[in-house]
Parts: sequence; structure tokens; C-alpha cells
Amino acid sequence: MDTRKEKFPYGIPGHNLGEIEREIPMEEPPVWPVNDELKVIGKRVKRIDALEKVTGKAIYTSDIKLPGMLYAKMLRSNVPHATISSIDVSKASSLPGVHAIHLIENAPKEGGDGGTNTYPMVKYVGQPLGGVAAESLEIAKEAVSLIKVNYEKKPFVIDMESAMEINAPIVFDAPITQQQDGGDVGETHDGSKGEGNVRGPSTSSFFGGPRGNLEEGFNEADVIVERTYRTQVHTHMPLETHGVVVDWGADVMTVYASTQNTAAVRNEMASVFNLPKSKVRVICEFMGGGFGAKHSAGSFGPMAANLAKKTGRPVWLMLDRKEEHLAEGNRPNSIQYLKIGAKKDGTLTGIQQRSHGTAGVGLGAGVGRIAQILYPCPNFATEQYDVLTNAGPGAAWRAPGNVQGAFGLEQAIDEMAEKLDLDPLRYRDRIDTSEVRKVERQRGAELFGWSRRQPPGSSTGVVKKGLGVGQSTWPRFVTLDSSVEIKIHKGGGVEIRSSVQDIGTGTKTIIAQVVAEELGLQVKDIKVNIGDTFFPVGPGSGGSVVTGSITPPTRNAAFEAKMALLKLVAKKWETDSSELYVEDGQVGHKANADLKMSFKEATKLMRTSQISKIASRSDDYGGFQQPWGLAYGDLGSVQFAEVSVNTETGFVKVDRIVAAHSCGRPLNIGQLESQINGGVIQGVSYALYENRVMDNGTGHMMNANIDQYKVPFSMEIPEIETIIVEEYSGRSSTDAYGIGEPANIATAAAIANAVYNAIGVRLYEIPITPSSILKALRNVS
Amino acid sequence: MNKFSWYEAKSVEDALQQVNSTLSDELYEATDEAAVFKSGGIDVFDWVKQGILKPQKIVNIRNIPGLDKISYDRKEGLRMGSNVTLAEIASHPEIKTRYLALHLAVNHAATPQLRNMSTLGGNIAQRNRCWYFRSADHDCFRKGGDRCFARHSKTGENENHAILDNGSCVSVHASSIATALMAFNASVVIVNAEGQQKTVQMDDFFVSAGEDIAMENILKPKEIITEIILPTPSKNTKSAYIKQVARESYDWSLADVAVVMEVSGNTCKSANIVLGAAAPVPYRSLEAQQAMENKTITGENAKAAAEAAMAKARPLSKNDYKVPLFVSTIKQTIMEIS
Ligand SMILES: Cc1cc2nc3c(=O)[nH]c(=O)nc-3n(C[C@H](O)[C@H](O)[C@H](O)COP(=O)(O)OP(=O)(O)OC[C@H]3O[C@@H](n4cnc5c(N)ncnc54)[C@H](O)[C@@H]3O)c2cc1C
Repeated sequence: MDTRKEKFPYGIPGHNLGEIEREIPMEEPPVWPVNDELKVIGKRVKRIDALEKVTGKAIYTSDIKLPGMLYAKMLRSNVPHATISSIDVSKASSLPGVHAIHLIENAPKEGGDGGTNTYPMVKYVGQPLGGVAAESLEIAKEAVSLIKVNYEKKPFVIDMESAMEINAPIVFDAPITQQQDGGDVGETHDGSKGEGNVRGPSTSSFFGGPRGNLEEGFNEADVIVERTYRTQVHTHMPLETHGVVVDWGADVMTVYASTQNTAAVRNEMASVFNLPKSKVRVICEFMGGGFGAKHSAGSFGPMAANLAKKTGRPVWLMLDRKEEHLAEGNRPNSIQYLKIGAKKDGTLTGIQQRSHGTAGVGLGAGVGRIAQILYPCPNFATEQYDVLTNAGPGAAWRAPGNVQGAFGLEQAIDEMAEKLDLDPLRYRDRIDTSEVRKVERQRGAELFGWSRRQPPGSSTGVVKKGLGVGQSTWPRFVTLDSSVEIKIHKGGGVEIRSSVQDIGTGTKTIIAQVVAEELGLQVKDIKVNIGDTFFPVGPGSGGSVVTGSITPPTRNAAFEAKMALLKLVAKKWETDSSELYVEDGQVGHKANADLKMSFKEATKLMRTSQISKIASRSDDYGGFQQPWGLAYGDLGSVQFAEVSVNTETGFVKVDRIVAAHSCGRPLNIGQLESQINGGVIQGVSYALYENRVMDNGTGHMMNANIDQYKVPFSMEIPEIETIIVEEYSGRSSTDAYGIGEPANIATAAAIANAVYNAIGVRLYEIPITPSSILKALRNVS
Repeated sequence: MNKFSWYEAKSVEDALQQVNSTLSDELYEATDEAAVFKSGGIDVFDWVKQGILKPQKIVNIRNIPGLDKISYDRKEGLRMGSNVTLAEIASHPEIKTRYLALHLAVNHAATPQLRNMSTLGGNIAQRNRCWYFRSADHDCFRKGGDRCFARHSKTGENENHAILDNGSCVSVHASSIATALMAFNASVVIVNAEGQQKTVQMDDFFVSAGEDIAMENILKPKEIITEIILPTPSKNTKSAYIKQVARESYDWSLADVAVVMEVSGNTCKSANIVLGAAAPVPYRSLEAQQAMENKTITGENAKAAAEAAMAKARPLSKNDYKVPLFVSTIKQTIMEIS
């Protein structure tokens, strides 16, 4: 392979910016300088679809209406554990307006266990059993209510600690090989080992397994912190629920899906219905949120397709809020035991972690890699167990596992700092080797006013103020199977095509920015057509991979197309294309200022109607830490929280968060701030409000709505200030990474540390509520 | 949601001819041909959408002429028609100056959108928010079932539930406005199908769960609330109201307190102290009222009154935090008067 050497900006401007030489493939575009020297990149560019969104013109999946379309509703179990002896659909099928009923069979393809029963075993309240397609949603709902399911009920277990007991009812009496639900990219949880409802442990991640010798580590320690932390189950609650509209035409099955992974949904539907991938088209133009729970076609996707097949008509199937809470994902809970040891000077000598979590009938309820990698420590071991319970399956949730893990570790580190008589921030300066977090701590502390922090519990009065900090790390992942097509149309017009979807983060806009920067055009000149699997396959919106995966091939494709265009201009001007440049919508000659032509004029030189180039994500310059796409370095963050705690009523208010983050080369400051705001708000919500309430006696979720399942509204949202630290590492043609998950990891820990600082009593469990505060203060027993 | 017919009532008499049941009667034991009132419709349709209430007919009383007036005069006091919306109460200047606790209670109820829709009659007649009571999958005592799920000492999810008078049902009344209405000694005007009219004290309008597990108020089928009347406060009357919620933006009360006090200087001559979200119906704390009588309004006396109010509290497995929360809230509300 032909290569060349180039010097890339390397480091953090204002701190340690330098250069690094990289050997890169010949066809890669030339290096971009730091953002200050670019026109469109790193600026506050307005979302290209902002107007459509705020005027309600944007068409979401639930808005799709097709001629002859039927409405579908799922039938779901209302008992937590049972075998189904029979299902009587006679009343439902004779209801006027009902067109088809489809019952889920006990076949592996339909999500069953393939046993001898006609219908799958019921393992949680809300499990899908079937669906009805009718002329209206009202009729479909009524029909579902007329279906009689006869259950043979079995003992069940909801509460995780009860499920861990020897005599607990068994949720699965066989090893489970199903794919994990709650976990993270590249992490596996083994459902085949373990006893009773407890599976695992998982002891390693892609950063390796146990290190050193824990016993020796703790022997060397002068100070030990040993605690158990608890986090709750948190359901996703995207504004737009899960769902699809399936239009199964004569030639192609078109699936309009609210999904964060169009390509995965296509592959799933093709596989379930035995169709070539070319005959399934998944479209997601606008997306009303997913947070990790919308990577698959679920059971509703195949259900809608089965109903479409039975009726020969398009079928609309969107879930309602209750179904969403019960069956479409949650962040698993955790009970984490953590022991850390340090020498007098603070050096960590040992970290031991043991966690249990339940993703209901799913797997993947770990606590991530935070304890393993945030701070160097020679001796480390983790055991992460999955506990099966009769509740809806977990799903990946914005930094799966790691948010739970950070809540534990970052409180333990705070406690260690106190035992060592060190300021929590200074202590982190001492043990944290990350350059980026060092800068974040400095800049964050200054903006936040960390120096105002008083000793824990010293705030006077009924309402006590407290300040706290929490840190996090997130790996730089990329999806190598990420491709983009660019078309430059003859006579003007630039179009981008990829299956990558915009989950709401602004992917469309950054794609347009990258192309505009490369072609010397404006963002409005670029038409971004994404979220359609008839276009080259892009990444799923998970693992915060999208920006790092899709922007380099976008730039590369634009660069290749530009070079092809410049060749035509060079031929006309009888010069070499390397002498030409594009800028402000013009093609010019570096040495001859008289030679100028508009971009539009240049496109008229094309022989065919378009220049079309497809590029795919190339390997990182300098290679990967893991060949599947784990890049070197981390996405570090430091968040500061300021809280008020009313010691009489127990109410906690988060007054302010300062969030310092890095994501390589920032592409769009406004969108980054939005992402960070969103992550922080969800973190506040996790710390204080959201909590799935299950009745252990009946197996039902009691707050499966949007009223009693408490998400924060405007008054609960603190003042949020963001600091974005530019950091260059010269690893791709854009050197940019995502921020979605990092933004959510440290918040709850920072709040818990601030609450401790306010009242001088530590809370080891979230959500922190008036009840838990008053208990901690011993106002109640 | 089942299919039902819709009847647009033209007058109180007309409405009373059409109706044959109440939401409460239907929830306890459903009948086949139920016709129930709908005013703002917020609560009624919540139950219908859950498939728990299956009326055959909805009698819309929202547009009956004459039920949407607010008037105040010194002799008659404050008269509010049952169809007055919460938004109208919230923006009424006379209510703000003379009935501050009511003004505050209404302003802290629900959300602006809901206040535009909610009517006063519907608000005091709405059913409680116990999530077991509201669940189609849990047949509790109040729905003719055989148990109270919330009370269960191991599995009951009762963090939002009652700490006082919770022997029969542990729910708390949903109306936080009634807390203030009761503190102003409001009365309710009820008309029946025979055209008879009665006026009952708000204290007597609500029915304790021990008296009748099916009901939260005295309304029978073929009875309609037409008006709520508040006597004129003396010029030495002061009032205050505080509502504690998990979320400030909007939320159901965890503890709310209304205090209406007759004062002389900084001394309390007599007090009306009512607690919301403490018991299955709004709870007048005679203990706190007595404790304040002829006492100066000091932090110490307020605290003693608050503690007296909580003397009979019997928290459940998950709501003992409500006791200190009420102590603090009662104390604060009394202190607002000083
Ligand atoms: C999310 C949410 C939050 C809320 N928060 C609060 C809060 O904080 N505080 C608070 O006080 N309320 C709150 N509410 C209640 C709300 O404000 C309404 O008052 C209530 O839901 C019912 O009012 P409505 O007019 O819609 O009554 P409807 O639903 O029409 O009627 C309710 C009941 O009253 C009966 N009824 C109505 N009018 C009459 C009449 N004139 N005579 C006899 N019977 C009658 C109906 O038959 C029905 O049984 C909240 C509601 C929601 C949905």
C-alpha cells in the first residue's frame, strides 16, 4: 500500500499542543489544521433540520400514513410467570374492523424457547404474545382486550436479592444463549455459567482481566475504603416510543422504523423472513430518541410484518408508554461491593469489585469498566454477576454499566481522599494520569468555583449547600463497517447518502459540515440523505461511535469526489489538479489568481450526470488498541455539582452542574452542548428522580406511565455550563469522536458527592429521595 | 377504551335525568348501563382509557349554562360554580387578596394545561391516585376486591401513601385544592334529581374509608355539585399554603398544608389547619388547631402544633419520612402567617 507521511496537530490547545508524524495511506486527504483555522468545522452551526423539527414538519415513524394502512396493537401477558394453556381469539376475530390476528409461536425465530408448548413461556408482565391489525387503533385495542389468554401460573421472583436466594423461583431452568441485552459493545456476559438465577461472573473486558494480586495490594495499603453501593432500575422513556410501519410490497419490504440502527433492523428482518438484504428497505428519517434501547427490530417489527403479510396491507405498530416501560428496555440495577486500598500518599494499591445486577429476563447487568481503568492500580479484580428475574429485559442505556460503576467508584475515591485528608480534586490530580482530565479539572474548577468548597457538613442552616465532583472515562470506539456515498451533480448540488441515522444528536448536520469544509461550500449547499438502507451501510447509533465512524469516510468520499472534479477543471485550464483549490464556492489556482470558476460552473464540465464516490472508515492512523475498532486514548470527563439539601424536608435540588468534556476534534459546539445538557439532565434524573417501582407481590410495574415515573421537567433542571476541551490525536481524517455516552456517566456520582459535602452523611444508594435523606439524617428510623 | 354515547346536558335538571351512576359506584361494582358525569373529563377519561371504567353514556355537564361563575361579596362570601376552571380561580384577583391559601393551592395544582381543563367540581370529586387502585391488574378493597396491596408490609409500594386514618385504605386524597377549601370552611351545594338542594360543610362532604370503602365523598347517583361557597374571612384572617412535591415543575402532593388563622397582632386566636396527602380524605388537624389557639406565632409554638398534628401518625413500611416532612411543612406554613 502506498503511504505518505504527514504531521498532525497533537495534544490540547492552550495546554500541550504539538505535532505528531503519521504514516497514512496515499488516498487519505491532507491533514486538517486545528479548528481555529477551519471555516465550518468546530463552529456553532445550526442544525440543518431545526426548522422542520420546530415547525412540526419533520415526519417521524409514528406520523407515517400510507394508503390502506392498518393499525396494530400487541397482545401482552399480564402475569409474571406462566405457561399458556390456550388463547381464545374468537371474540376478537369477529369484531368488525379486525383484519388479522397473529400469535407468537414457540419458535426460536419468534423469540420462543422452541420447546413443546404451542406458545412461549411467559416470563414477565408485558411479554409480547401476539398482535391484532385493524382499521383503527381503537378497534385494534378493543380486539386485544377481547382475547382470552389462559395461564397456568408459576411462582415468580421480581426483587433481585430474593432471586439470589437458594429457594427462589427459577426464571430460566436452562443455560441461556440469547444475546445480551443490557451490556455494552464488545462486552459479553455468559448466561451459561452460574447457579439458580445467578449467572456469571464476568471478570474481564476488552481492556483485559484481573491484574496483579489483590491480597498483596490490600496488605500494602495504609487506608482501605470498603462499601456497598446500590442503583435502581431506570427505564428509557424516549419521547417517541418503539415502533414500525411495515409496507410489504410485491418486490420490497419497506420498514419505517424508529431505530438507532437501520442496518441492524434490515438484517434482522431479512433473516426472520428469509429475504435477501436487497429486498428489505429500512427508513428512519427522524428519530424521537432511543438512548440505547432501539438497536433491534424487537418483537414489534416481525409482528407488524407478519400482520402485513396476512392482510396484504401496510401495518402501523407503535407501542404505547406502558409497553415501553414494561418491555422495551431498562438500565439494570446494581448492588456493588467495592474495596479500594491506598498508601498514605494516595497511590492506589488494590481495587476489588463485585456486583450483582438484574436485566430482568435479559443479561448484561454489569457495572462496566470504570473501576478497571479510570485510575492506574496494579492490583484489580472484578466479578460481575447477572441475576435473572421475572421482569422486562434490560437494554443498553447510555454508557451501559459504566454509569452504575462510576456511581460507586467515584464515591469511594471521594471517601479515600477524605481519609487521606486531601481535597477530592487534588487527590484526583495525584492519581489520575489522563492529560485531558487534568485540563478539565483545572478549567472546570475555575469556572465552577471549587475553591468555595467547605468541609463536609459545615454548611449551616436548614438548607445546606454542597459541592462535589465526579469523573469518567469512555473508550474511543469506531465501527469500521461505516460507508458513505457522495454525489456531486452536474450543474450543482451535492448529496450524501448513508444508512446511518440521526438519533437526534445532529449527525446530519455534522456530515454536512464535513462536506462543506472539504468542498469549500456552505452547509446549506449539502443535501444529507441518511437513515435509508438502500444507501451504503453506516454505523448504529451506539457506543458513541457515530461521529468517529462516519465523519472520516464522509470527508474521504468528499475529497475523492473533489479530486475527480478538480481533474476536469485542471484539464480545461491545462494545469495539474494539485495546483487547484476550492474555497467559498469557487475553484481557484494557487499560483494564478486570474484562474477562477464557481463550483457550479466546474460541475458543468462533468461527462456524466454525477460524480459518485463511496468511502468506508479506514483503520486509525497508527492502528487500534483492539483491531475491531477500539481506538487508543479515552474520552475523559469531569463534572462538578452544586446542590442544596433541605435537612427538614429531605428535598435535594441540584443547583448547578459544570461539565467538562473532550471528544477529540469538536465538530459543532452547539450540538455538543446539547448532548452534554441531555446527558447531565438524565444524570440528575438518575440521581434523584427516575425509579422503576415494581410490586414484588404481583410482578407488576406500578408506575408504568409518564406521571408517576418521574422524569425531570424544567424546574428540576439545574444551570448547566459546559467546557469542551479540544484534543487532537491525529488518528483519522477528521480526528473527531462522539459525546453521547460520556455526557451521562459522572453526573450521579458528582451529585452524591455534593450531597455528602452538604450534609456530612454519605448516601450509598440512588435515587436520593426525601425519604433517604431524612433516614440518613436520622430524622426517621 | 369502550364505545359509549355522549349526552350534552343542557341544564342541571336535564343532566340529573340522564345520569344513573357515579364513577365510584362503577369502580366498586360495575353496572351494564352506566351513565356518569363528565366535567373537565380528566379523571373520568383516565379511568375509561385504562379500561377500568366502562360507561355506556357520558353525560357532559361542562357546558351547562350558569355553573361557571365566580362571585364575591361581603355578605355572601365567595361563590364558585362547579364548572369554574382551576385556571379561572388562579387568576381571580379577589381570591388572591382574600383567600391567599386557595390561590396558592390552585396555582400549585397540576400544570397550566391541566388547570385550563380542570373544573372545581371535578377536582373535589376526583378519585385518589393510589397506583394499585388505578391499576386494572389489582383488585383492591376500593374496587370491590379482597385486599389492600399497598398496605402489605413486605411488598406494598406505599411511599406516597397515608400516615393518618389509614386503617381501612391507605390512599391519600388527590385534591390538593380541597386542603385549602376545607381550611376556609367551604361548603358544597348539591342538587338531586327531585330538585332538592342541600349545602354541606366540606368536612362532611368527604367520606372516610372506614365509613364507606367505595366512596371518597357523599355524592350519590343523581346528585350534582352546583357550587362551592367560602364564607367571608374577617379582616384579621390570614392564610398560607405549602405543598411539598418530588418535582417542583408539577407533581402530586407528598404533603400539603393549609392554614387559615384569625390573628390578633402576633397571636393566633383560632386556626384552621388542614393536611393534604396525609389521609384518605383531607385531614383537619384538631390537635394542631388546638395547640395554636391563643398562642403567639413563634417557631417553637408552630413546631409544637406540628408535632401534635403528627401524634397519631401511623406510617406504613415505606413512608415514615412523611412524618418529619409534615412536621416541617406545618411549622413553615404556620410561620408564613407571622
Ligand atoms: C397529571 C395530573 C396532575 C394533577 N395534579 C393535581 C394536583 O396537584 N392537585 C389537584 O388538586 N389536582 C390535580 N390534578 C387533578 C386535575 O386538576 C383535575 O381536577 C381532576 O383530574 C378532575 O377534574 P375534571 O374537571 O377534569 O373532572 P372530571 O374528570 O370531569 O370528573 C371527575 C369526577 O367528578 C365527577 N364530577 C365532575 N363534576 C361534577 C359535578 N359538578 N357534580 C358531581 N360530580 C361531578 C365526575 O363524574 C367524575 O367522577 C391532576 C391531574 C392530572 C392528570
